Amino acid sequence: MTTIDLGLPGLAGVPTTDEPQKAKDYKSDQEVRWCPGCGDYVVLNAVQSFLPSLGLRRENIVFISGIGCSSRFPYYMNTYGMHSIHGRAPAIATGLATARPDLSVWVVTGDGDALSIGGNHLIHTLRRNVNLKILLFNNRIYGLTKGQYSPTSEPGKVTKSTPMGSLDYPFNPVSLALGAEATFVGRALDSDRAGLTEVLRQAAEHRGSALVEIYQNCPIFNDGAFDILKEAGEAERRLIPLEHGKPIRFGAEGEYGVIRSGFGSLAVAKVSEVGEDALVVHDSHTEDPSYAFALSRLSTQDLSHTVTGVFRSVTRPTYDDQARAQVDDAKATRPADLDALLHGKDTWTVIA
Amino acid sequence: MSTGVDGGTAATGTPRAAAVTKLDRVVIRFAGDSGDGMQLTGDRFTSEAAAFGNDLSTMPNFPAEIRAPQGTIPGVSSFQVHFADYDILTPGDRPDVLVAMNPAALKANIADLPAGGTLIVNTDEFVKRNLTKVGYAVNPLEDDSLAAYQVHQVAMATITQGALADTGLGKKDAERCKNMFALGLLSWMYHRPTEGTERFLREKFAKKPDIAEANVLAFRAGFYYGETTEAFAVTYEVAPAKLAPGTYRQITGNTALAYGIVAAAQQSKLPVLLGTYPITPASDILHELSKYKQFGITTFQAEDEIAGICAALGASYGGALGVTSTSGPGVALKSETIGLGVMTELPLLVIDVQRGGPSTGLPTKTEQADLLQAMYGRNGESPVPIIAPQSPADCFAAALEATHIALTYRTPVLLLSDGAVANGSEPWLIPDAADLPDLTVQFATEPNSPDGSAFWPYLRDPETLARAWAVPGTPGLQHRIGGLEKADGTGNISYEPDNHDRMVRLRQAKIDNIPVPDLLVDDPSGKARVLVLGWGSSYGPIGAACRRVRKLGHSVAQAHLRNLNPFPANLGDVLRSYDKVVVPEMNLGQLALLLRGKYLVDVVSYTKVAGLPFKAEELQNVLTDIVKGVDAG
Repeated sequence: MTTIDLGLPGLAGVPTTDEPQKAKDYKSDQEVRWCPGCGDYVVLNAVQSFLPSLGLRRENIVFISGIGCSSRFPYYMNTYGMHSIHGRAPAIATGLATARPDLSVWVVTGDGDALSIGGNHLIHTLRRNVNLKILLFNNRIYGLTKGQYSPTSEPGKVTKSTPMGSLDYPFNPVSLALGAEATFVGRALDSDRAGLTEVLRQAAEHRGSALVEIYQNCPIFNDGAFDILKEAGEAERRLIPLEHGKPIRFGAEGEYGVIRSGFGSLAVAKVSEVGEDALVVHDSHTEDPSYAFALSRLSTQDLSHTVTGVFRSVTRPTYDDQARAQVDDAKATRPADLDALLHGKDTWTVIA
Repeated sequence: MSTGVDGGTAATGTPRAAAVTKLDRVVIRFAGDSGDGMQLTGDRFTSEAAAFGNDLSTMPNFPAEIRAPQGTIPGVSSFQVHFADYDILTPGDRPDVLVAMNPAALKANIADLPAGGTLIVNTDEFVKRNLTKVGYAVNPLEDDSLAAYQVHQVAMATITQGALADTGLGKKDAERCKNMFALGLLSWMYHRPTEGTERFLREKFAKKPDIAEANVLAFRAGFYYGETTEAFAVTYEVAPAKLAPGTYRQITGNTALAYGIVAAAQQSKLPVLLGTYPITPASDILHELSKYKQFGITTFQAEDEIAGICAALGASYGGALGVTSTSGPGVALKSETIGLGVMTELPLLVIDVQRGGPSTGLPTKTEQADLLQAMYGRNGESPVPIIAPQSPADCFAAALEATHIALTYRTPVLLLSDGAVANGSEPWLIPDAADLPDLTVQFATEPNSPDGSAFWPYLRDPETLARAWAVPGTPGLQHRIGGLEKADGTGNISYEPDNHDRMVRLRQAKIDNIPVPDLLVDDPSGKARVLVLGWGSSYGPIGAACRRVRKLGHSVAQAHLRNLNPFPANLGDVLRSYDKVVVPEMNLGQLALLLRGKYLVDVVSYTKVAGLPFKAEELQNVLTDIVKGVDAG
């Protein structure tokens, strides 16, 4: 077993291998059973193609999921995995990651699993900054239960459970994660293999909780929800890709950009009107989450703008590293003497 | 005063002026306002009794509110300690001595004091305002309503303040030491050793030496008050108990349980992850275990009950020993994850310190009404082993046994403690760590499929039916588990009808076939026709009641179930060999239902759900009536 220091803090302690890996090494022998045309296939392929680049031993990678279409993901990965119960994957993964520093732990979840039934675990995992990578497949609908609205569905959505339209106001998952003190938040489109891979790479390298929202098409119950972001002529003026250290600029000709505006918020402007110097240079390491939050608010439910890439990537001690450090510290400074513990301070002896 | 008074033996060699009466046992109840420090006072008196070598048993009783309105009945907190020169089984039905620090404490507790009992009252609190607050129209110290008792009126606050006048302590702070005055007085009355308490106070208030000294002074003031005033004509001696040889300490159930988990970590050589959420009366297990990180124990205070057990299960999946601790409402929330543990067949220790229910119920009171929840409170056929400790000290061994079953059979195990066991205390014969059982586990390291090419996570040990357990990080054994039904052997998802039927039966058989010790029956006469069968914390009162029934010349057999699932193999035979089986429970007959269903024996169910343990006297009466009826019939 080699443990080459790859300089990736997120994976420090996870054993690596010299053997070259291929995407097919990460495919399990189970038949993939998502619906034809499901965006999950694309994400699965992207993950399977991306993991070999990390050079980790497959047996030290674990995928934990909850319930929902996306949560079948672990069955298709030739790693260790657990398909658990609805909403609880982050909590199970927290216990695993805390107990085992030598594992690279990934959570696969959906908009219902992570934001509805599992909302509590998601926010607390992010705030604790447990060293987990959370892939949130957002298709804005409940697929496995056959088409009810989800916490990311648009208001007024007509579904089986809302014949007169949904009354719920949706979450912006990136804003939610930032509000929950996340140290790493990114977003990608299922169809954008390169963009998704780049966000996954940065997430893997991040030490702490990384939330990656993936816009994913459900061809059966919410088909085309993100099509406008994939249409030539539309995509360019709607998608705002982030690149650390670069001015935030988009459009077919780079004619749009992001500028500061109002009370700490950001706005889209025409570069020709504001000038290049006015453009915000993206710094994902900005400590103040207000910046990343302002970026997240540029994305609207109607997709008139959607920011992709890594919004925020900052360093903060992780829960699991600190929990292990406390145990190590106690072991180093206090004797683990069971007899002494059982006796305590006050004993008395009865003689036969 | 108690059963064993051997006459008012006059003391000759004692420096004290008072006469000394020898007693075989005494029950003292300290009662006051929640802010009066009654739990601490009782706890210290208990430690003194333990240091002296008495057998003892304690019962704290406090409100769920942290500070209920001062001076009110709901705000009364009490601590009862029973100590004796022989092995006792309960904290005592009724106090021989009641210490009442205010009118509310008197009103709430006086009904339990038998006629002739000793009542020590802090008169300073018996002012009009406090009396009115609890509905005393007339000061009970001034009419003849307390004529049946030996009443000692002591101005505890005033005397304490006087004793501390020179310390420079404020009047209010000085008054707060009155509980130590009461402790000092009782320590004098019962010839208790005092060094331990003085040392304890100095350690507790190490950072505030003036407060430490004030408490020591108040404690001594109480002791000297007894010695110098002539109000107390007699003092009492309770000789050390003749317990089995060995080294003892006093221990509560929650502490013993926590120690059991520490020992389980040592004996299994596994790290422990306790994933939990604070809940009365289980939180002390978290507090205690959080101190023992040097034993490889990680405590995770989760965002909720569900996350607590999920983190524990996640740790177990990673090859640690996952533990979660809670009370009944928490078990309700954890049910789905326990089911996942049953399906994924991973070890998990689930501790339920039962309290009064349903819903939030009585958080600080005891009950044993979660048996059916533990047994059946999940969707689907979801069997889990259940173990119930019978006394505070027994929690240690119960934790080790539960861990052994969880690790050996790869299953969640429910450990049913309760409020009485958790907060009660008794002497514990401390085991030698070297004598504790070996709990080491074998993880799978090689492929195990019939052709040797793959790892099948659901291939079972033919004897235990436990599945192969490979932890992440094991090369070549990558596999996926989860909540969906598994194909027998391979563990792949299977919706096949016959496979599901087989898997349901396999999971059941695995639990049903766990060997548990045979049920032992205690029948000294060998002639009993009535068996009394209990489980959990009622062991003490049932045992005490049986002793009394036998003392009256009747025969009664006693047996106590520690393994509730599976039951001991001989249970059916035992039940059928008596004319009548009485099952006392602090619920509406949950064990009785299980026994009737499984063994078709029409047991007599005696139930009480008052939030308090059974009284020995109450069970004595029930049993005597039944025994007389059977013997007459």
